[in-house]
Amino acid sequence: MIWHMEAEPPFNLDEIRRYMRLGPGGGNMQGVETLLRECLADACGLMKREVCYAVYPVHAEEGGVDLTFARVRSYDLARALSGCGQAVLFAATAGFAFDAAIARAQALSEARGLVMHAIGAERVEALCDAFCGFIQQTAACRGLTLRPRFSPGYGDLPLSFQTAVAGALEMEKIGIVLGEGLLMRPSKSVTALIGLAGKDM
Amino acid sequence: MGRPGVLSWMRDRLLFLDGGMGTLLQANGLKSGERPETWNLLHPDAVRKAHRAYFAAGSDAVCTNTFGANLLHHDSAALTEIISAGVRLAREAAGDAANGGFVALDVGPLGRMTEPFGDLPFEEAVRLFYETVWRGADAGADFVMIETMNDLAETRAALIAAKEACDLPVFVSNAYGADGKLLTGATPEVMCAVLEGLGADVIGMNCSLGPSALSETLRRYLETAAVPVLFKPNAGLPHVADGKTVYDLDGERFALEMLPLVLEGARVIGGCCGTTPEHIRALRKAAGEIRPKEIRNRRGAVIAGMTKAMTLGDEPIVIGERINPTGKKRFQEALRAMDMAYILREGVQEEDAGAQALDVNVGMPGIDEKTVLPRVVQELEAVVSLPLCIDTSDPDAMEAALRCCHGVPILNSVNGREESLNSVLPLAAKYGAVLIALTLDENGIPETPQGRLAIAERICARAEALGIPKERILFDPLTLTVSAGADAPAVTLEALRLIRDRIGCGTVLGVSNVSFGLPGREIMNSAFMVMALENGLKAAILNPKSAQMMGAFHAWRALRGLDANCGGYIGFASRVQFSAASAAQAAGVDSGTEGLSGAIGRGLRAEAEALTREAIAGGSEALSLVETEIIPALNRVGEAYEQKRAYLPQLLLAAEAAESAFSVIRSHARRDNSHGGMRVVLATVKGDVHDIGKNIVKLLLENYGYDVYDLGRDVPPERIAEEAVRLRAPLVGLSALMTTTVPAMEKTIRLLRQEAPFCRVMVGGAVLTEAYAQAIGADAYGRDAMAAVRIAQTVEREIGEDTP
Repeated sequence: MIWHMEAEPPFNLDEIRRYMRLGPGGGNMQGVETLLRECLADACGLMKREVCYAVYPVHAEEGGVDLTFARVRSYDLARALSGCGQAVLFAATAGFAFDAAIARAQALSEARGLVMHAIGAERVEALCDAFCGFIQQTAACRGLTLRPRFSPGYGDLPLSFQTAVAGALEMEKIGIVLGEGLLMRPSKSVTALIGLAGKDM
Repeated sequence: MGRPGVLSWMRDRLLFLDGGMGTLLQANGLKSGERPETWNLLHPDAVRKAHRAYFAAGSDAVCTNTFGANLLHHDSAALTEIISAGVRLAREAAGDAANGGFVALDVGPLGRMTEPFGDLPFEEAVRLFYETVWRGADAGADFVMIETMNDLAETRAALIAAKEACDLPVFVSNAYGADGKLLTGATPEVMCAVLEGLGADVIGMNCSLGPSALSETLRRYLETAAVPVLFKPNAGLPHVADGKTVYDLDGERFALEMLPLVLEGARVIGGCCGTTPEHIRALRKAAGEIRPKEIRNRRGAVIAGMTKAMTLGDEPIVIGERINPTGKKRFQEALRAMDMAYILREGVQEEDAGAQALDVNVGMPGIDEKTVLPRVVQELEAVVSLPLCIDTSDPDAMEAALRCCHGVPILNSVNGREESLNSVLPLAAKYGAVLIALTLDENGIPETPQGRLAIAERICARAEALGIPKERILFDPLTLTVSAGADAPAVTLEALRLIRDRIGCGTVLGVSNVSFGLPGREIMNSAFMVMALENGLKAAILNPKSAQMMGAFHAWRALRGLDANCGGYIGFASRVQFSAASAAQAAGVDSGTEGLSGAIGRGLRAEAEALTREAIAGGSEALSLVETEIIPALNRVGEAYEQKRAYLPQLLLAAEAAESAFSVIRSHARRDNSHGGMRVVLATVKGDVHDIGKNIVKLLLENYGYDVYDLGRDVPPERIAEEAVRLRAPLVGLSALMTTTVPAMEKTIRLLRQEAPFCRVMVGGAVLTEAYAQAIGADAYGRDAMAAVRIAQTVEREIGEDTP
């Protein structure tokens, strides 16, 4: 299924500064603030607002889980999903327009590229958060609670799990494809599982 | 043959296609995750039955069950079997079908993203599609149906492959989002121009949405396309009911939404996801008697970048000339070092300065244009939205660049020489480029306007014989220098007028040649350009970063009544004034207290540049500026960074401000020396495309005076070793972000140890640690860019100690 976010959420400047690796006490460098403002103007309205998702039953196994679309050996994932009867698998992307904007920014200057990268990361995270909000509402009606998102590459869940995710979600429908190193294109994309604990959804 | 081909069959009637195939196979037991095309071999009856149901419902043509049949999913023998079975089953189902009975070889996306947005090399994509198409043509398909493509580059790969693999008609259908764009941003106008240029017989859209939701996108096709338009939408939107995915339009409602759009001009119609024989039956019933609407005959050539198209019409355009090494030492250096960042920056700056197309020329001694030109074209297209103008005299380089240029480029150039006509015209015809034609031939440049007109007429006739309409040619009657012949400009101007009035073709000029050998060249150039515009010039090749040239261009547009409310002129003038004022303000307010060093410390690029210029003009010695202002400022920010009082963006901006100061210093120092610092080779290793970290290291190392050779990203070990040896570089820096590419890093280090034992290797990147770096045999681990500078300084000291 595909979920559309109604409107673009406001930028979370603290998050963007964090992705820019601007730590506390860095002071206000005039150049940085100007650059950030310019990049935000460029980034406005660029993001795609689609998430594709599906719900799967979770069966604990020795050393891993069976999610029906794939059986995966991962203690960390098993722990993240323990007590969950179901899990939501989803893929979200900020879209190719962001990749193009990053490439363009990077062509102009490395600093600009860094800022645009940070904005892209914040945007796709905002999309994931909004999607989780939607799942939480739906789940709450059924008395279920959400576990934190868990992505391929976290803990001992191998990146190769992406192949199964891509197949199960048909995520090319919202424009995400896997490259040779199992990296997603567009680059500002996220896949994750959210465990649903409680009675059946 | 016996029966007409599909194109002549559909000349005066609609062509009804089929509906969804997946839906029918799933009803027969196709499981999620199973490859549908394997059913051609495993369950041929089910596939044949589905095709038969569509023919019975009124389809004139069905698409073979080969959507995912390609060499990424099947080996060669299996692919041949699957495709020939696919064509055979559709053919058997057609049998004695009452309607067209055509079989389309269905070609879907590869499932991997093609360059520049993905990692699948473009020519590899072409090869994969070629392997599918020839098998289908061999098996007897009537036409090729490329469908559900959501990326411009991949669509082009498929179409080029289809045209090269067979002589069958090719239909091309794209999947548009609700925003009326492909996933990678191309608009219907871009797609129409690109696909028609490459010779698609039918173009259009399928999948994504229902008929009404796609209607605006369809209308844009009907407005633009000069070939029949295909429309194969979904049965509305999907939703889940009783655990099953269902679509919201049944056959009747689908037909009801389709009917007005058929009346508006869609000529090749069918359905995609969620549509069944019921939908096609209803559509046939509703639209079966409709005579297709005439396709409008359109004038004017279209050029396009990857996301924007532009019609060459009444308004003249500016083609930026900066991407050209002629007479530019810094650009020549960038080309030799393949410093793509420098080249791309020129392009983006030209776009920001108001260029509407970019000339791309990389011709200079020692550069293999056939390799370099396509690379520059491909990388530029990914960062600018403008159409490119491929500028070379080498036909091999021309074709290599045309293949991977995904928009509709201008090809610069053909001329009246027989050799040029024979090699260039077929390329322009095959790839659909707009052509610049120089009015010279074996006898040189005619001295009279009439002589130049005669050559233009001859080129025009030859081009039209190959199917290139005259609208797609821009003639360049050539600018000669006024200091060598006082009447030369008048001849050029008269030739412009004659070509416009007698042939009705557009014209183009590189104006700056007129002032060659004279002082104050821009004054002369801008005056000549205005005269040329008055004589009908349609495209001026100039430096868009020159305020004088762009000012004259905007003023002319306003004075000629082409600029409503002088909006363009006012916008331009206020930009120019604004930047001048703000630079002055910055220099006056902030610099007084802290000078150049302070400007760098605050990350102010324009100010640092202006202050450096000022200091040099005021008699400061370049080297002392470096030692007393620039390096201390960098060190201050670098130390603050190491102590976590400043952070990466500040470090970067300071480095960029320093770089702009250096560029001023270099332009003064360049005359006597080229490179001074120790050579450092940098690369992101094979398989990894993350390069921001590596680029930051590069910027900082350059700031500290090192001579950096950046090999880019995804670089094979062999190439890194080769360059280290060629340059005898004492230091190589390797970067990797992903765990999956660390083995490539290790392999590179091993190869460097063999081939270039004299060099040290530093490594860095998100997944690396000090211990990991040691384990894979690196000499040093650079935690961040400042650490890389420290390593370079250490290596430099050691070399100094080693050398007597």
